[in-house]
Amino acid sequence: MLDPSKFLADPSAVNVAAAAQSEVALGDPKVIARDVNVWYGDKQGLKSVSIDIRSRSVTAFIGPSGCGKSTFLRCFNRMNDTIEGARVDGTILLDGRSIYDPDLDVVELRARVGMVFQKPNPFPKSIYENIAYGPRIHGLARNKSDLAQIVETSLQKAGLWDEVKDRLNDPGTGLSGGQQQRLCIARAIAVSPEVILMDEPCSALDPIATARIEELIDELRANYTIIIVTHSMQQAARVSQRTAFFHLGVLVEEGPTETIFTNPSDKRTLDYITGRFG
Amino acid sequence: MTDQHILKAFDEDLRDLSSRIAEMGGLAERLVADSVDALVKRDVAMAQRVIAADDQVDALQRDIEEKAILMIARRQPMAVDLREIVSALRIANDLERVGDLAKNTAKRVLALDGEYQATKQLRGVKHMADMVLQRLKQVLDAYGARDSERALDVWRRDGEVDAMYTSLFRELLTYMMEDPRHITLCIHLLFAAKNIERIGDHATNIAETIYYLVIGEPLTEERPKLDTTSIAKVSLPR
Repeated sequence: MLDPSKFLADPSAVNVAAAAQSEVALGDPKVIARDVNVWYGDKQGLKSVSIDIRSRSVTAFIGPSGCGKSTFLRCFNRMNDTIEGARVDGTILLDGRSIYDPDLDVVELRARVGMVFQKPNPFPKSIYENIAYGPRIHGLARNKSDLAQIVETSLQKAGLWDEVKDRLNDPGTGLSGGQQQRLCIARAIAVSPEVILMDEPCSALDPIATARIEELIDELRANYTIIIVTHSMQQAARVSQRTAFFHLGVLVEEGPTETIFTNPSDKRTLDYITGRFG
Repeated sequence: MTDQHILKAFDEDLRDLSSRIAEMGGLAERLVADSVDALVKRDVAMAQRVIAADDQVDALQRDIEEKAILMIARRQPMAVDLREIVSALRIANDLERVGDLAKNTAKRVLALDGEYQATKQLRGVKHMADMVLQRLKQVLDAYGARDSERALDVWRRDGEVDAMYTSLFRELLTYMMEDPRHITLCIHLLFAAKNIERIGDHATNIAETIYYLVIGEPLTEERPKLDTTSIAKVSLPR
């Protein structure tokens, strides 16, 4: 006779695994920000912002121009360090470790926290080199075939492989706008980041290219933590699981995307998403 | 609450939608009142007018639906604006059904061809109709004022209509048992009463929609149901 209990050597282990899985589904905080302030000279661009960014999900930052959403996005990979006169204080933890830790290697941080910009900005090099550059300088490939594999996988993940596999030596700048943006996403993916920051990644693209990027974002969500700044409310509603609304440097409201877009609790959020801002 | 959009045309669209619902509500209300009047007064001409006027309610519903769809396509409404439009669609559907039910009652007046006495049984139907009409009016006022509390009041009291319908059902059954010559009239009255009870249900649906519109969350509470005619028994006289 078969004893079913033999197949479940330790039933409690199964439960633990199931519980762990649901934890992942809910998304633990990958990035934790507390009381983050940013000044540009004596002008305060961001005022005491605190938020938990969940792993393996898409968080959208929305708000009118100048509200601080891009400023906040740039804190996560210390891009504000490069802006003269910019000063950041507060706490930002990536997997529990402060990204402003003086011992932290900023180059390594930016590999873990990749960025895609508003305008596609491929290097003036071949498609292959655009992808291979990052893994090479970070020493992620042991040899040439390893590197070629990374290039192929990254392009595949970005949904660009089939379109470019026969012309990898052509210049990246010769691709269409939408392809260039996917190339930039592939380039970001190539260094195996954990978090991908996207600053209005579709604002320079036509609706078809936009749809392809949105589809891609949805696929990437399974493996990466994504934060996207967008001016398109519809885009935020389509691609994100959580949405944060910023206004005048303040994080007004953050919550599940469907709540923010159907029944926000703050009047300022409501006014903004329904087009009532004067 | 439907004003102050950056796009003023959007405000106008929303106001227009809301005023069409009000217009449709007023029309549906009058059809219900007239259909019951026609029944009580055995007024065939009035019944015919009710039947003809139902077309206007249907036309308004199509109009509202078209406008709402166009607004969704054109404005991509969010939050309260989206609820405003979805609510208009739902309420228009309910009011269209209310018009149909009034029309059905009017048709029964024609079927009976004025050949009946305004008996006791009719008083029960009339009384129930008055109650339902009052609910309908209250719920339409609540829509106009975006008053979720007043809407909830209608919602909570739907049970009273149901209870009245159940008692009318028993009463009519008893009449039919007493004298088979009453059967034709009583069956028509029973259907008229059922129509009115259904109108009450639509008023309750509208109340739920108003709650959703104002509060932003669906009403999940279980509504008190007191219509027990599906299990009601009346034993035959010996």
